[in-house]
Amino acid sequence: MMKIGRFLLFKMIRIITLVVAICFISFLLVKNSPIDPIQAYIGADMLKVSPEQRGQIAAYWGLNEPVMTQFLNWGRAVIQGDLGTSMIYRRPVIDVIGERFVNSIVLMIAAWLFSGVFGFILGVVAAMKRNTWVDRFIQWYCYTLASTPTFWVGLLMLMIFAVSLGWFPVGLGVPIGVLTEDVTILDKIRHLVLPAVTLSIVGVANVALHTREKLIDVLSSDYVLFARARGERGLTLFWRHGLRNVALPAITLQFAAFSELFGGAVLAEQVFSYPGLGQATVEAGLRGDVPLLLGLVIFSTVFVFVGNLLADMIYEFVDPRTREGRI
Amino acid sequence: MKTNLSMNRRQRTLWTIVLGFLLLMAILFSKTWVNTGNILTNLETRNVAPSFEHLFGTDWLGRDMFTRTMLGLSLSIKVGLLGAFGSTAIALILGMAAATMGKVADQFISWLIDLFLSVPHLVALILISFTLGGGYKGVIVGIMATHWPSLARVVRAEVMQVRSAEYVKVSRRLGKSNGWIAAHHIFPHLLPQVLIGFMLLFPHAILHEAAITFLGLGLSPHEPAIGIILSESMKYLSSGLWWLAFFPGLSLLIVVRVFDKIGGSLRLLIDPTKAHL
Repeated sequence: MMKIGRFLLFKMIRIITLVVAICFISFLLVKNSPIDPIQAYIGADMLKVSPEQRGQIAAYWGLNEPVMTQFLNWGRAVIQGDLGTSMIYRRPVIDVIGERFVNSIVLMIAAWLFSGVFGFILGVVAAMKRNTWVDRFIQWYCYTLASTPTFWVGLLMLMIFAVSLGWFPVGLGVPIGVLTEDVTILDKIRHLVLPAVTLSIVGVANVALHTREKLIDVLSSDYVLFARARGERGLTLFWRHGLRNVALPAITLQFAAFSELFGGAVLAEQVFSYPGLGQATVEAGLRGDVPLLLGLVIFSTVFVFVGNLLADMIYEFVDPRTREGRI
Repeated sequence: MKTNLSMNRRQRTLWTIVLGFLLLMAILFSKTWVNTGNILTNLETRNVAPSFEHLFGTDWLGRDMFTRTMLGLSLSIKVGLLGAFGSTAIALILGMAAATMGKVADQFISWLIDLFLSVPHLVALILISFTLGGGYKGVIVGIMATHWPSLARVVRAEVMQVRSAEYVKVSRRLGKSNGWIAAHHIFPHLLPQVLIGFMLLFPHAILHEAAITFLGLGLSPHEPAIGIILSESMKYLSSGLWWLAFFPGLSLLIVVRVFDKIGGSLRLLIDPTKAHL
């Protein structure tokens, strides 16, 4: 138990230094952007605002103070959980992120599970059937997917399943013209399917190729040779000797891929106008909503860290080999 | 023994590289061979489905999609090359610095690598693009600043390995200076690795360029970029103009795949540990 505690403490310190640095760098970046925060806030009413009023707004927000003081003020608020008010939505950033996160997390979990399971199966099949046409086909498929733009897959999905076949709605998270309380779970799932499938299809390649490599290593080991000599074949062989050896690396890899998952979600959500975090990021960037953009950068960073931390912990504590090797 | 008249693997790999390279060059300099008059507005040939005359069809303004796609890809390749080049340079410098400038520098650079890996690429690109106000500068700087970490790790590991090799130690004993060793022992060893790293980095660069432009934060809508073409096509999807999105995306996929293939083949040819597999 002591070991887990020390490991977590060390990781936490590192994560905190990184998060603080990310906050500082992104704060500097948006401060130096050509977009005037006052103009972005007021928008079309700019002509009605006199220079004196402008000055008052700037003073009220502390825009005249040195950047370092501004950063410290902002940082103090962030630590207390106050990320400011979003300019597009006119609501606290934390509320917007929370609401969007619920939508996004459903999408990402669905895609994460599906691409993990499907990729794992593909990798296992490819390795078990090594050097046959099945293997070559799976490899070709994975390498092609790795060079496919996510948003293009989304567009294809839209064209085929939403426009031509009409099986699924064209976009958004809920049906148009229906009151919030009348939206059923089924409606939500119908809107979720296409973005989730898009994300999953693209996410398969990495896990599949990695699992294939690992399983080929395992299959060329002495204990598998011995098992084969005893007459074990096919699924039994994989079940007894392969699965446990390749499942862990695959799971670790899936956790470490949170960053790509988030990036993919940004694109998929944009294509399907799905109201998640990714779409909010794009909106914030396009319309100069600085507080929301900063909040989202921090949030996505924490999200990636959680994934990496889980991956590290699995590597460190779940695998019996590394666990015993260090005691 | 069977006589084999077909090519061996090495020759096949070499031909893959040459053909892929020629294809990319053809697209890169497409301005010289496509008929640029085709992308002017021509309302008589609006929304034509793909045919021999218009391979990829035409859009709602009667512009030939094949020409637009080729020009867009050429632009994307240029932006991707610049971005990948800058990224490789950063990776090379930081990787070398981490391996040669002592423990503090090493730790700081590995912290920096973690820092850049911890923000999702696309979010970092949006942030940088936002800061620089979009356009070429935003996209290229964004790509340069986000793609170097993994390659920097490779470079660092390589330099570490060469530094502790016997022949470098002998060289040092013989009184050669650090600069001489870097120029004559480390750099030649590093060059193929960096070249391959560059080729494999390129697909990511071009895909991210297209993605950020597609989102509307990259190149301006007046440019014939592939991301712009695809984001415009979204408006016409529900009216059944499938070719607007299908062919440009497929072409982008092929270009990226070819670059990836060239990178992989180069590695097979150059990397001594993999050359004889």
